[in-house]
Amino acid sequence: MMMDTDVAPDVSVDLKCFHCGQTCEETLWLDDKAFCCYGCKTVYEILNSNNLCQYYDLDKNPGIQLKHKSDETYAYLNEKDIRKKLLDFDSDTFAKVNFFVPAIHCVSCIWLLENLHKIEPGVLRSEVHFTKKTVSVDFNPQLVKLSTIAQLLASVGYIPKITLEDHIADKPKTDRSLVMKLSLAGFCFGNIMLFSFPEYLGIDHSEKDLMRIFSWLNLALAIPVFFYSGFDYITSAFKSFKQKQVNIDVPIAAGLIALFVRSGYDIITATGAGYLDSFTGLVFFLLIGRWFQNKTYESLAFDRDFTAYFPLAVNRLEESEWRPVVIYKLRRGDQIRIRNMEIIPADSKLLDAFAYIDYSFVTGESKPVKALQGDIVYAGGRLIGTPVTLAVEKQTSQSHLTSLWNNDAFKKIEESKYQKIIDRAARRFTWIVLGIAFITAIYWQITEPSSMWLVLTSVLMVACPCALALAAPFTLGSMLRILGKKQLYLKNADVIERMATIDAIVFDKTGTITHGDEPNISFTGELQEEDPGRIKLLTSYSTHPLSMLITKHLKYLSKDAVQDFKELPGQGIQATVAGKVYKIGSAAFTGFRYKIDQEASHVFIAIDDKVKGYFVIKTSVRKNMKGMLQRLGRKCTALLSGDNETDKEQMKKLFPASTQMLFNQSPQDKLDYIAALQRQGKKVMMIGDGLNDAGALRQSDVGLAVTDDTGIFTPACDGILYGAHITQLCRILKFAQSSSVILKIGFGISFFYNAIALSFAVTGHLTPLVAAIIMPISSISVVGFSTLAVKIAASRIKV
Amino acid sequence: MGIITLLITISITIAVVFLAVFYWNMKNGQYDDTYTPSVRMLFDDKPALPEKSSPEKTDKNQVHA
Repeated sequence: MMMDTDVAPDVSVDLKCFHCGQTCEETLWLDDKAFCCYGCKTVYEILNSNNLCQYYDLDKNPGIQLKHKSDETYAYLNEKDIRKKLLDFDSDTFAKVNFFVPAIHCVSCIWLLENLHKIEPGVLRSEVHFTKKTVSVDFNPQLVKLSTIAQLLASVGYIPKITLEDHIADKPKTDRSLVMKLSLAGFCFGNIMLFSFPEYLGIDHSEKDLMRIFSWLNLALAIPVFFYSGFDYITSAFKSFKQKQVNIDVPIAAGLIALFVRSGYDIITATGAGYLDSFTGLVFFLLIGRWFQNKTYESLAFDRDFTAYFPLAVNRLEESEWRPVVIYKLRRGDQIRIRNMEIIPADSKLLDAFAYIDYSFVTGESKPVKALQGDIVYAGGRLIGTPVTLAVEKQTSQSHLTSLWNNDAFKKIEESKYQKIIDRAARRFTWIVLGIAFITAIYWQITEPSSMWLVLTSVLMVACPCALALAAPFTLGSMLRILGKKQLYLKNADVIERMATIDAIVFDKTGTITHGDEPNISFTGELQEEDPGRIKLLTSYSTHPLSMLITKHLKYLSKDAVQDFKELPGQGIQATVAGKVYKIGSAAFTGFRYKIDQEASHVFIAIDDKVKGYFVIKTSVRKNMKGMLQRLGRKCTALLSGDNETDKEQMKKLFPASTQMLFNQSPQDKLDYIAALQRQGKKVMMIGDGLNDAGALRQSDVGLAVTDDTGIFTPACDGILYGAHITQLCRILKFAQSSSVILKIGFGISFFYNAIALSFAVTGHLTPLVAAIIMPISSISVVGFSTLAVKIAASRIKV
Repeated sequence: MGIITLLITISITIAVVFLAVFYWNMKNGQYDDTYTPSVRMLFDDKPALPEKSSPEKTDKNQVHA
């Protein structure tokens, strides 16, 4: 292969990377194509040498940038225990594995991942599941190792996410049974309608026998609908009856039973045609509502716990050899080795001289902490810099961080927390219907006792609040879809109802208000043209967090030779480049003697003992946050940050004056704060990211996790919000509030139809034909109204 | 009359067969992923000819640059 690669620093016009489409900072060239980094170039090389460049024709710049590539190896996948957990099927010559690959995003991804066998002959077949973002690979274990496949995926930019959690419990497939029930109900409904047509049109008396056949066929078709499709309503009604509560399923079940029993009686005694068309239609519509509401985002997980954050395995010292081991097998005293950017899996003691640990994940503190030999480092911290050796102190499940999950907030059942609007409406509705039924029964008992039962069942039949039960699923379901398009993914439709009642919002700082890992860096002072390149060259040797930020910030790397490089811990770095002495570090180290503001971190530059200027490193706030926070006004209750108070002044300018600001908050403090607000009767929404907010997110009435990349694991929450859309928050809340108005109007419409139908029933004029007309009309008008109203609300509020 | 009963029997039998087929497909996971197959059918396997594909690629490159 041609390797005519060279760095071309003079081309600074916006060149787009051929692989990933990002603007190139330092351009690498290969085959006349520009690449932004070695990662992208390597992927291109792999694809090119395997004749897979069709990848680039299917979609424009489809690649995934590999800048933050970790040197993770997948050797641990070959361990017996892990292999067993991961593989769906395993034999000598055939094995099947399913990887979750969050990076899957376009047509090219599908094409490349399904052509893996062209790169690696041991792969027999690979198939992408786009909505779940998984790729299932069939391979021959004699030809290729599991670790090689994972490595291959990673090398072309599709890093598989492998965690313990995914393989502990497989998701139950309730979804499918709902569709089966729905399709059965639809099937029976259609056929019963067909057989009921002669009845609607008024059949000749000479064809009475045919009528009987049709009726019996209808009954036969209705039986599976009653005992399979609609049986959930009846069991649910019984359950709520036992708990002495009335929910929406109680009047529905009463209506269904009344319809089925009365129709059965009519048909068996040959007194009428029955109401089975209405009955099956009802069940069909109700199930459609349920199905519509069950919008799920398959590639997102809303209830991950800490285990998702931890690596699957870690290298442990076994008889003077480092061997991968599953983390739950770690015991006290084990020696483990952690590399750059890896997460520490258990509370341990540091055996090496020093290490920088980034706890932003766990505590929200943005600056990495320096640990010295003998210090305890906590599980969940991320190592920055050179590899270190640790001695395990506690098992993962008992670590400092994971103890948060023992809190009650993680144990309570969510259902009982909120009384749904629909159930409140249903309770009132049920009592009214029962009252009407009772009065009617008495009236008919006195005037015409023979038809009392017929009228009573008619009343119960039409009172079945099908339209009422449809209003909520369609209103909330449509909202869920609209919000999903705006990249707010909610766990389920109930969240919208809870969101409408929110009167206190609590924010996290790092990653929510500010960009987590993208600080704002500026330089004050004057530098010569060649200096930035040399500074980058020097800082790139250092693992100090500030050095790393500067390395990332500066564009071009100088090629000059470095002499006498020295790193003085706690002070800075010093080296000679092209005859000049460069000092990069603290004020004292470089000889800077003026006062500067304390809000930000500073790195000073001195060349030949003359201070040339300094870098100011400030946390960067997301765009347009101020306007949104001011509009929220008093609802903005608090800012809880695990970080120190450096940013306090900056935050004060951002938030309304009434907002409380608390810093140095532990995850437990955050949870307690939310609980205290709730005791004051507030409905609290928590907006945060990372594990440090996990407790608060769980405790709050609505917990939204903010993320800039949905591929990254988010803590257990009610919804996942894309970082760029956080400024939409006040609109989203307004939109959610409009749901209650829409629901109430929907209820009104369904009551109106119920009143008409009841007037027929009470007077004893309800015929199968009347029932068959009124029921679908009421359902369709409620569904139509809810969907339309939600669309109008969305366009008016401009969500 | 007799013919109607026969027709109804046939129609119901056919309908039930289709329902059964639908269930069978669903259990096999045919409806689990509705997006990927729609894209997959559009991929065509080009014959692997590196000589032929290189001028094409340079064209592409000019567009990107």
